[in-house]
Amino acid sequence: MPGTYAYYPGCTQESSAKEYDKSARLVCQELGINLREIEGWTCCGASSAHTTSHLLSIVLPARDMHAAEEMGLPIAVVCAMCYSRLKFASHELADPKTLSLVKEVLEKDLQNTTQVLHLLEILDKETIPVRKPLRGMNVVCYYGCILARPEKITCFDDEENPQMMDRMMTCSGAESIDWGYKTECCGASLPLTKPDILHELSHMIIQGAKKAGADCIVVACPMCHSNLDMQQSKVKEKYGDQDDMPILYFTQLIGLAMGLSPAEMMLDRHFVDPMPLLREKGIV
Amino acid sequence: MAKIGVFLCYCGTNIGGVVNIPEVAEAARNMPQVVFVQENKYTCSEPGQMEIRRAIEENNLDRVIIGCCSPRMHEKTYRKAVAAAGLNPYLLEIANLREHCSWVHGGDREAATAKAIELVRMAVAKAARHEKLFPKEVPVTKRALVIGGGVAGIQAALDIANSGYEVVIVEREPTIGGRMAQLDKTFPTLDCSACILTPKMVDVAQHPNIRLMTCAEVKHIKGFVGNFEIEILQRAKKVDETVCTGCGQCMAKCLVRTPSEFDLGMRNRSAIYIPFPQAIPLKAIIDIEHCGHFQYLRGKEECDDLEDCNICQQTCPPQAIRYDQEDEVITERFGAILVATGFKTFDHAVYGEFGGGRYPDVITSLQLERLMSASGPSGGEILRPSDKMHPKTVVFVSCVGSRDDSVNRSYCSKICCMYMAKQSIMLKEHDPDVQSYIFYIDIRAGGKDFDEFAQRAQDEYGVLYLRGRISKIIQEGKKLIVYGEDSLMGRPVRIFADLVVLATGVEPNAGAPELAQTLNISYDTHNFFVEAHPKLRPVETQSDGIFLAGCAVGPRDVPESVAHGSAAAAKVAALFSQDTLTTDPMVSEVDPMKCVGCLICAEVCPFKAIEPQVLRDGRVVASVNESLCKGCGLCVATCRSGAVNLKGFTLQQLLAEVNTLWQ
Repeated sequence: MPGTYAYYPGCTQESSAKEYDKSARLVCQELGINLREIEGWTCCGASSAHTTSHLLSIVLPARDMHAAEEMGLPIAVVCAMCYSRLKFASHELADPKTLSLVKEVLEKDLQNTTQVLHLLEILDKETIPVRKPLRGMNVVCYYGCILARPEKITCFDDEENPQMMDRMMTCSGAESIDWGYKTECCGASLPLTKPDILHELSHMIIQGAKKAGADCIVVACPMCHSNLDMQQSKVKEKYGDQDDMPILYFTQLIGLAMGLSPAEMMLDRHFVDPMPLLREKGIV
Repeated sequence: MAKIGVFLCYCGTNIGGVVNIPEVAEAARNMPQVVFVQENKYTCSEPGQMEIRRAIEENNLDRVIIGCCSPRMHEKTYRKAVAAAGLNPYLLEIANLREHCSWVHGGDREAATAKAIELVRMAVAKAARHEKLFPKEVPVTKRALVIGGGVAGIQAALDIANSGYEVVIVEREPTIGGRMAQLDKTFPTLDCSACILTPKMVDVAQHPNIRLMTCAEVKHIKGFVGNFEIEILQRAKKVDETVCTGCGQCMAKCLVRTPSEFDLGMRNRSAIYIPFPQAIPLKAIIDIEHCGHFQYLRGKEECDDLEDCNICQQTCPPQAIRYDQEDEVITERFGAILVATGFKTFDHAVYGEFGGGRYPDVITSLQLERLMSASGPSGGEILRPSDKMHPKTVVFVSCVGSRDDSVNRSYCSKICCMYMAKQSIMLKEHDPDVQSYIFYIDIRAGGKDFDEFAQRAQDEYGVLYLRGRISKIIQEGKKLIVYGEDSLMGRPVRIFADLVVLATGVEPNAGAPELAQTLNISYDTHNFFVEAHPKLRPVETQSDGIFLAGCAVGPRDVPESVAHGSAAAAKVAALFSQDTLTTDPMVSEVDPMKCVGCLICAEVCPFKAIEPQVLRDGRVVASVNESLCKGCGLCVATCRSGAVNLKGFTLQQLLAEVNTLWQ
């Protein structure tokens, strides 16, 4: 049943991953899912807060979770990092001591009753009306290293071999290929500090996808996307790879399958142009 | 007036290091009826026991209190010492100053000392009300039940049978032999496992004192040491064992194919089958779940197009097939029970990073044994499951389901390091082009010629040992990419393997906790059975007359299992060497004057030891069968009229203990 959710876009969706945000909103709109953006939401602190202060890494997501609590709605998140941080905070707040400390810091009556859901978990329960099936598309689903981990915190289906995105791609008419790199790290935290490691990891994932026979990689994380997409030209140059590997958000592909236009899905925002592939397969 | 002697033990520093023993002794001297107090470094030692005897004789003591370790440890020792001085051994009382005091209050010496004084004071109050008790004698049924027919059970059964006593082996599977029958070779001598085991299996089949029941399970137990009454469920084999000759023609004709349990799913078997060519008994059985005839019988109501099959019945030359054979429950009497239910290997499906069972060429070490075995699925040729190619690069992963808290297996499975060395050597013997890699945490090769063996794998067979764990196995085309760490070199490694062998750990067989509950014996958090004492009573349980052997107690290799089986057999033989047994007199008794005959006590008694008795005046009262009573005291707690008392723990004694606390 389509429901109403407190939508937490996260910072990246306002900048480098605008297409993720827009495609997610449009897909939900089509499905009758009501995403109500949390008013005055703030950064979850991902990538920097938890490396500097444990308390801060809980307080920042807790602030947004409190706002959702006031709305009385479960939170819908698209970014894997935000999801991870919110889930982690929720897990930590189950400890009464931590909860009372965070309440004191926030000066708010936080209850920690808000359910945190990734958009994948929400769409997994929906029936997607496929108008333009993605026939002939061979995709591999790349969940990244943090979306499904650790299992006891995220409560995802399987931390080593998650299936939600695969199911969705199969429903949309694409061929979802089983491969081994679903939850490997792409090195997203290293583009500035250790780009060599990042290039090696990304190369491994892109080559893994190629060997599995994929036409493109489907992702659910803006960090993975920017890494595999934006850095791909450097990886190609470094390792002498020939072909391009388009990187698409799962919301974009579902949107296309539901009959939304490439412009609406903002497919022109990728560094590796997916249009030649989509044209070849007769999808656009 | 009783004359009570109090003996306080330092237990080295175990008690003395925490409890101030001289202070306890001083307090004891002022307790009522105490006429003698002595401190001792080790009361349980020979001189310590002599001191007790001398004190009893010199001071005419008629009650003895010993403040020492748990009565589970040394009560028997002290009873003997007291008896040697001519005192009734049940006039002894132990105040547990170690497990109940010093070991748990190590951080607070003052409180521990105060508690020790109170424990002694309670013991004094109780002992003053002790009465002389006299054990009874009961006859022994000289017949042993061995549960489980693996190598430990086989050895135990043979040893008991050779001592001249009857043995019944109850085995759940269709054949005896257990895990060892599945092995190809044994470390470190590389003996052929089947060649050394099958003669023993044949001995079992031919021994006049041994009766073998396969496809059978223990369902219920009554009675006590020397006189157990046991219900055994004999599952229907649908084949008359006395007629079947094991010719195997039925197997050839059967139309069904289903994965073989013996070959761990690496080969198919028919629905009527003999697990392997050397099976004992060499008789066919029908797998009702997969058999066409029984599928027809189950499904014919709902589905019209099912066809009946009775091809085995038509084929069988001696006409041994009995489709109408039913499960049977057989009740037999035994004097002792020996539990040797063995182990199974850890199910690696929980390790998603190793593929969680999705990759056909990631196999378990036991599956590799079957691949190597000449009677295995590929006749001893090592072919990997996916495409039947000869693997050239093989990676072993140690400690899969061992030493890993994340899967609730904190213990070391003990045998894996050695069988990995063996298997890597055998791989090279089979095919000189094979290169094996072993990822290990530690190489645990403790045992005679073990370390030399593991060293030989490296020196002579070029096996590469890499210290580190595997992070992930990825299937890419025909190769398995193994990502891991070489922690000695401090760098990540990647190996393109043809076959990955997971050294899956040892865990107790399915149903172990249920059997333990049926038999009323203890099991630990990992479902291994618990010995009466881990060092000094390694094959006994807390339940008299029930003994343990083999891997059901903990991981062990073949020679240890054999030794364990023999040790347990020796205990059974020692038990059977007596014609009668003395029973513990600390049992319940009913005062017929107080009993109202409600018999609630009979309902709660777990040992069925209480029965109604009609008195001469027609009144019905409860009566305790002293041979069956274990002295648990449930009846005492249940009795509303206070008519039941536990000898040695009477209500008056317990009340005296409590009362003395408030004085």
